[in-house]
Amino acid sequence: MHTMKPVTNVIIAGVGGQGVVKASDILTEAVFRAGFDVKKSEIHGMSQRGGSVASDIRFGEQVLSPMVPPGEADFILVMSEDEAQAVESQLKEGGTLLTPESLPGYIDEDADEDEDEETRLRLRCMNVALLGGLSTLLDIPDSCWREALCANLPKRAWEFNEKVFQLGRELVDK
Amino acid sequence: MSDPLERLLLSGDAAVARAALDCGVHLGVGYPGTPSTEILEDFSRLGGKAEWAPNEKVALEVGIGAAFGGAAALVTMKHVGLNVAADPLFTVAYTGVPGALVIVSADDPGMHSSQNEQDNRNFAKAAGVPMLEPSDSQEAYDLTREAFRLSHTHQIPVLLRMTTRTCHSQTVLRRAAPIRITEPDVYQRDIKSRVMIPGYARPAHRRLRAKLAAIEQEFNASELNYVVEGDRALGIIASGVSYMHAREAAPEASFLKLTTTHPLPVALARKFAAGVERCIALEEGDPYLVENLRAHGIPVEGKDEAYRFGELNVGLVRGILANAPAPEPAPPKGRPPQLCAGCPHRTVFATLARQNCIVTGDIGCYTLGVLPPFEAMDSCVCMGASIGVGLGLRHVLPPDEARRVVSVIGDSTFVHSGITGLVEMAYNPPPTGHLVLIVDNGTTAMTGFQEHPGTGKILDHSPSSKLSFEDLVKSIGITRVHVIDPTEDMRAFSDLVKECLDSGELAVVIARRPCLLAERKQTATERAAASKSCTP
Ligand SMILES: Cc1ncc(C[n+]2csc(CCOP(=O)(O)OP(=O)(O)O)c2C)c(N)n1
Ligand code: SF4
Repeated sequence: MHTMKPVTNVIIAGVGGQGVVKASDILTEAVFRAGFDVKKSEIHGMSQRGGSVASDIRFGEQVLSPMVPPGEADFILVMSEDEAQAVESQLKEGGTLLTPESLPGYIDEDADEDEDEETRLRLRCMNVALLGGLSTLLDIPDSCWREALCANLPKRAWEFNEKVFQLGRELVDK
Repeated sequence: MSDPLERLLLSGDAAVARAALDCGVHLGVGYPGTPSTEILEDFSRLGGKAEWAPNEKVALEVGIGAAFGGAAALVTMKHVGLNVAADPLFTVAYTGVPGALVIVSADDPGMHSSQNEQDNRNFAKAAGVPMLEPSDSQEAYDLTREAFRLSHTHQIPVLLRMTTRTCHSQTVLRRAAPIRITEPDVYQRDIKSRVMIPGYARPAHRRLRAKLAAIEQEFNASELNYVVEGDRALGIIASGVSYMHAREAAPEASFLKLTTTHPLPVALARKFAAGVERCIALEEGDPYLVENLRAHGIPVEGKDEAYRFGELNVGLVRGILANAPAPEPAPPKGRPPQLCAGCPHRTVFATLARQNCIVTGDIGCYTLGVLPPFEAMDSCVCMGASIGVGLGLRHVLPPDEARRVVSVIGDSTFVHSGITGLVEMAYNPPPTGHLVLIVDNGTTAMTGFQEHPGTGKILDHSPSSKLSFEDLVKSIGITRVHVIDPTEDMRAFSDLVKECLDSGELAVVIARRPCLLAERKQTATERAAASKSCTP
């Protein structure tokens, strides 16, 4: 009688400046546009000063608490390997952790980011590439993803971000 | 105007701003403070009239005046801001308001960006002011409107208590049709209500208690508080975001969802408690509900003291319900915050560390001077305290120790509550003199780069009168005043600090250099504005 429909729990983590909040805005907007109830919660008090940031996104038919209950994350996205350790314990059994290493070939290991513009931009858009990877694991229409990307990024950045989003989809190593 | 029934995804702060607009708020006034800051910024962006006051006390006083004039006024601040504004709060409860006055207190359980985690539900009871508590953005929207209605109907200021989670979580909401609560008109004189000399204040206190009794009756029958029928073995009384955690942790239980934290709907709670086998008040922070319900003879269970600290979540609520011992607080994970590379505060703290100063600090980005590699801060209590605490140390320490004491205060903090400290310094000078360092980066950086009187710009960044710190300090009677860019020549800055300390006089050094991030942000907005004005 009281059974609740399951809620999908996502955590996005990194440090200030890596686009954690932007990525969580895009994901939240995509699931919102897909018609789900959604709650997103993050603490960004000191993020401007390079501290750790984590954002919880929960969606489903009805979401109550805005925070992912401890150890119940279905998906965790981290923007750099060294941040993974801080949040890994939140992953539930059988959950999926996506890190830059989950996108083999996305960054050319031999390229120097100071020299190579493409590599520099790809690194900067790691947040959107990881969302591309996540999108293959969620049941959200493409159109919602595209609208969410456009609504949250300046027009001049659309083309490149759509490209890395697609790259993320293709490269992700599930 | 956009479709009022449209589905929106908004933070609690944005929801309060939207609601203020939709119920005809004439003036929003406050002082920045996480997690409340975005309310007025959003209200201004939406076209509302919003302003930053020098501090929360002044903000509330401006709000009181607006409401005395028949307007609907919204005053916003973080929890500790209400300490600063407590003086007017306790007495405006007596005077009441003919317009409408709603004060948002944004509490920070867990201290994500605060110096304490005080629970401002206690303020509602202490001051005798009704308090409403939303648990998500829809409720933040609905209850802001309801708070204005209540304030106008009962001619009483109303507190809306948010927490970091309700302020910063984005959830789905639908707006309601716009209304107007009250309109200012010719001034209605009402001396006996608004001049609180003892002879008028005594009946005013009685009037307040009568209003609260009437409001309690209303709350007992109001839809704001409601029962969710479930298994009678367990009844949970909860409010705010704790209600959401608890519904999720115990979906089978019966619930009394409390929205009116003060006055509590005692009759309703009594009936609910009598109808369940085990009744527990589930709350974050202080045992406010437990103590107040028990004081009325309602048998409710509380939580173990160990759960008083920090935020609750679904896991912790399960622990409380199972009478499990609270888990050890997790050590802070991830990377601690730092002063930005190239932050002008860096050279200041490097200098103070090298000169082995005793630094009484204050609140802002520069508080990070306490962390390695500087570790150049010895105290930080509340906004403005750097100066008074420094003076106290100077008065009692042996002279050789006293001469090492320096007060460091940010520009926004100086305007907020440093000026009176400086007056004290000139009035009661310590025998060894004193040095106050104003780290003037031209913005309120800590809370997201808000303007203040020292920047010469108002909330929407348009120009206004600019407070000159140099002139102000001189007018207080302090003659040794220096303005210097600490980053231009570190050696010169270091020499100046030493010279001031050695002089044994009262000195103020204004270390002026814009915050790096604020400057970048400003050029970005200016560029955006310029490109916009080019298009027809
Ligand atoms: C009473 C009170 N109100 C608001 C705050 C939130 N707050 C913390 S620091 C600060 C001001 C920081 O500005 P400033 O002094 O200019 O230093 P900066 O961060 O720019 O270095 C504010 C508003 C607070 N801690 N206490
Ligand atoms: S935001 Fe500005 S004041 Fe704060 S640490 Fe960065 S540069 Fe310094």
